[in-house]
Formats: sequence, C-alpha cells, structure tokens
Amino acid sequence: MTLAPSRDSVLPDRITNASLRSFLGGVGTVDEVMTHRRVAELATRSIKKDSKRAALLTAVRMMDLTTLEGRDTPGKVRQLAAKAIRPIPGDPTIPSTAAVCVYPNLVPVAAEAVAGTGVRVASVATYFPSGQLGTPEKVAEVEHVVSLGADEIDMVIDRGAFLRGDYLAVFDEIRRIKDACGDLHLKVILETGELASYDDVRRASMLAMAAGGDFIKTSTGKISPAATREVTLVMLKAIADFADATGVQVGMKPAGGIRTAKDAIRYLVILNETLGAGWMTPEWFRFGASSLLNDVLMQIRWLDTGRYQDPDHFTEA
Amino acid sequence: MNRLDVRKTYKLYIGGKFPRSESGRSYPAKSTDGEVLARVSLASRKDLRMAVEAARQAQAGWAGLTGYNRGQILYRIAEMLEDRHDTFVGQIVAAGAKPRAATDEVSAAIDALVWYAGWADKFAQVHGNLNPVAGPYFNISAPEPTGVFGIVAPDAPALLGLVARLAPVIVSGNTAVVLASEPSPMPAITFTEILATSDVPPGVVNMLTGSTEELVPWLADHGDVDGIDVMGASPQQRKRLQEGGALDIKRIVGLRGSVVDRSPQLIGAFTETKTVWHPKGR
Repeated sequence: MTLAPSRDSVLPDRITNASLRSFLGGVGTVDEVMTHRRVAELATRSIKKDSKRAALLTAVRMMDLTTLEGRDTPGKVRQLAAKAIRPIPGDPTIPSTAAVCVYPNLVPVAAEAVAGTGVRVASVATYFPSGQLGTPEKVAEVEHVVSLGADEIDMVIDRGAFLRGDYLAVFDEIRRIKDACGDLHLKVILETGELASYDDVRRASMLAMAAGGDFIKTSTGKISPAATREVTLVMLKAIADFADATGVQVGMKPAGGIRTAKDAIRYLVILNETLGAGWMTPEWFRFGASSLLNDVLMQIRWLDTGRYQDPDHFTEA
Repeated sequence: MNRLDVRKTYKLYIGGKFPRSESGRSYPAKSTDGEVLARVSLASRKDLRMAVEAARQAQAGWAGLTGYNRGQILYRIAEMLEDRHDTFVGQIVAAGAKPRAATDEVSAAIDALVWYAGWADKFAQVHGNLNPVAGPYFNISAPEPTGVFGIVAPDAPALLGLVARLAPVIVSGNTAVVLASEPSPMPAITFTEILATSDVPPGVVNMLTGSTEELVPWLADHGDVDGIDVMGASPQQRKRLQEGGALDIKRIVGLRGSVVDRSPQLIGAFTETKTVWHPKGR
C-alpha cells in the first residue's frame, strides 16, 4: 500500500523544539571526506561535443538570471529581462532562461517585461539577505511581493535561530511564509556559507523541506563561500532521502559563485548522478547566476564555430 | 662523491606561474648539430586559451600603471637579464652560435630593454598631438594600448628577436601571449624566469613553447586577441594569421621591417589612437 506523498510523514506528531531536535538528530550525518572525493571524481567526467551542447542549453533553460544590487534600476531590469527572453539577440535557437530574479521593488518592472514569454519572475523576500527581522514583518513582505506579481519567492532562513538550536522558530517561519505564498513556488535559502558544517547543511535542508519549501537553495550570493559543488551534493542527497521518506519531490538551486560553463556542467553531472533524470529540468533545478549566462553562450558559440570567442561580442545583462 | 644530476623541467609561463602543458606533451629542443639540449613543453590549444585569459585579466591593471612605473619595470627586466648574462650566452652558444656573437646578442637585448624603458613615459608625447581644427575646440589625440597581443617570436636571433618584439608591445600597456621560437625555445624559457622576478605583474607576458604550426590557427582565430605581431611567422603562417585577423579586425603588425628594429614608431604600431574634442571656452 502506498500512501499519498506527504511532508508530514517524517514529522513528529507534536511539533515542538524538542521533537524537531530529535527529528533532525535522526537524519544522519555527512561524510565530509567522501563528499569531497565524490565531487572530485564526478568532476573528471568528460562531456564533449553534442552532449556538451545539450548540457549547455539545459543550463540556459535552468538559469535564474539574477540582479540583486542596491544600484539596480528599472532600465537594468528591463535589459536583464530582454537577455533572459532571448539570450543572443537574433538567435532563436538559444532558449530563454527559466526566470529573472530581482529585488521586490523591481518585480512589477520585471513582470511587465517578461509578460507572455514564459520567463518567470522570482523575487527575494524576507528581508533578504540577512533576514534579521521578525516573522510577522517577513510574512507581510512576502504577501506584498506576491501582490506585486512575482511567480516565485526566494526566502532566507533565520540562520541565527537555526545555529542556536531554535528549530521551531525556523520551522514555523518557513511554514507561515509558505502559507503566504499560496500556490507560488517557495525557494528556501539556507545560506550555507554561514552554517557551521555539512551536518548542519543536511539538517537545515531537511527542516526546510519538511516545513514546506518547494526548492532549497544554497546561498544569497552576498556571503562567501556561496554555492560549492560539495554543499550542493550534500543538499541533493538530502533531497533524495526526503523524497524516499515522503514521496515529495523538492527542487534544488545552487546560487552565487557559479561563473563558468565548465562549472555549470559539473553541477549537472552531480545532479544527474545523485537524483537522476527526474530532476534534470528547470522545474526541479535552477542556477542562480548573473555572469554564468555569457560564459555558457560563449561556449555554445565556440562549439558552433571552432573559434574562441570575444566576450565583448555578447550583450551585457 | 657521485651526485645525481638535478635536471631542470622546462615549462610554460602563464599568468605568472610555470605550468606544464595541460596536454602533458613535450618535444626535444636540439642544437644545430642535432644534440638534444632539453625536452620542453609542447603547448596545446588549451594552454593558448589559458594564456589569452591570463593576458586579458592582466591587461587593465598593466595599462593602468603610470608610464613611468612601466618604464621602471622594463628597466628592472634589463637589470635581471644583465645578472644572468652568462646563462644566456651559454644557451645561445649551445644552440650553435659563436661566443662573441652570443655575447653581443645578449648585450643588445639588455640595451633594447633599457631603450624601451626610457620610452615608457615619452612615446605618448611623440604619438599624441594637439590637432588643429576649424572650430572652438581642443582636439587631442593620444595613443592607448590595443589590448592583448599575440607575438610569433622570431627563430633567430632567439633572445634578441624575442626581446625586440616583446618590449615595444608591453611598454605601452598591452599584454602579450608569445609563441616562443620552436627550434630555439631555451632562451625564451629562461627569459620567463627573469620576468617572474622583475616585478612584471602575472599575466602581462605569457610564454608558450611548442609547435608554431599547431598554435598559429588557434591564435589567428581567437576572438579575444586584439592584435598579432607576425614578424617571426613563416609566409604561410603570416597568411593564416592575416586571414584569422580579418574575421574580427585584429591589428596585424610586423609584415615589414626587420626582426631587431627598434623605434618609437614600432611602439605606436601596437597602440590605438584615441581622439577627444574639448570645448575651448574663454
């Protein structure tokens, strides 16, 4: 007999700090040495020619083309949206990216710019990037961003609460924000650069998935280290184990610090080897990046022409 | 008493580091009478790609130094070269030259560096100009570095030819990817050890040893190379480099003149002229 997929199946009946602690105590630990070795081994996979081209186009389709700067303007966001819709002007063989990712203020601009193209609008929320405010304010911000027309919400967890062991606070916050999102996709940023160990990353992943995150995401991009392949593998394993335990599929988004096509392909190899083809779509995997797109495009052009490309010949976004 | 030889590995010079070729290949460098002097790295197209990346990364910083500072650094290269005068004489003699000619060649290479060092903060005065225009404007032209230059180094004289083609490229703020002479790579490799200890920022000069024939097409077609000095290339290679250059309008230098030319005009050949209009006011 198979039960309907349910996140609650892994959770204790009564959710308290103590019961969450014992839930997270039971999710197992991470072998750091083997994680690094596995990542190094997968990095030696050789993806060439047609397979490489397919991987690069997949990477474009999985991209959340991002700008999260204090100096962002409506003009910059419109330019970014144009780039997301048609990465190489005049070349319809290059697909659109999955989404553009912007600050709340610029969501209406982005939504107007991508309307009708299939490109989605993701917005960071919950007092990104620090998240240092109370839950009611964060929920209010999310509700506001939803009303502005975002399709996806990228929230940050309260790392302070997580690290001091107040799992209930983190859990409740994610739940309330998921409720505020309604049907919209919620990505939960763990900010792994601020967590102490891979064990913490695994626990935070499980907590975020159990609380209702549709995606788990490594980083804000504002803290170094941001995404690494090792931390991504740890999170992908957590997603696999969560899917086994609950039947619920959760997506993954490494973000920050992924700048080269070669790196992107290595992430895709890890994804395919850990979760398989069921996750190899923009619905279940995203890259949060800005400069990555042009490097991928340059590599596609290099495959097409056999000539190393000039970065100046690719539009800025 | 018996001591094992400590043999040197002759490697590439990319971004201020001395890597082996990523391909793991090498080839024998021989003297004129066929004796194997050393096995040196046989660079691949990927090494060339890395070298261009390093040169591109270094270019803005190098051009951003004052001319005076670049002159100091070129002079420093000359100082270090002077210090290893005998090493170079030995290598040039081993490759088949007479000791007297080898000594003269090394001295001439040092002198060329000192000469170009002096031009570092002066060539702009020669190549720049206040142009007369019919209107109430100052019209000012000034030379600016072109960017990343590929250099096909001449086979002979191996050291002087290399220095005489390299110095006018970097003095104005260009960075360089040099294809060292295929038959005589040893002086070029030793020269990189001098560059590494002369305050030349990493990536300003990148040296690839290997098959010129193999690397020329990749250099010719590389979109991020702004110009190529073809002085050391064979006629067929020059044609290939010009064809590649025509694809994206690379500046091609070195079709005329001699390997050991030295002139402020040559510095100008590796620059671009920027002209600005400025209202005169009263």
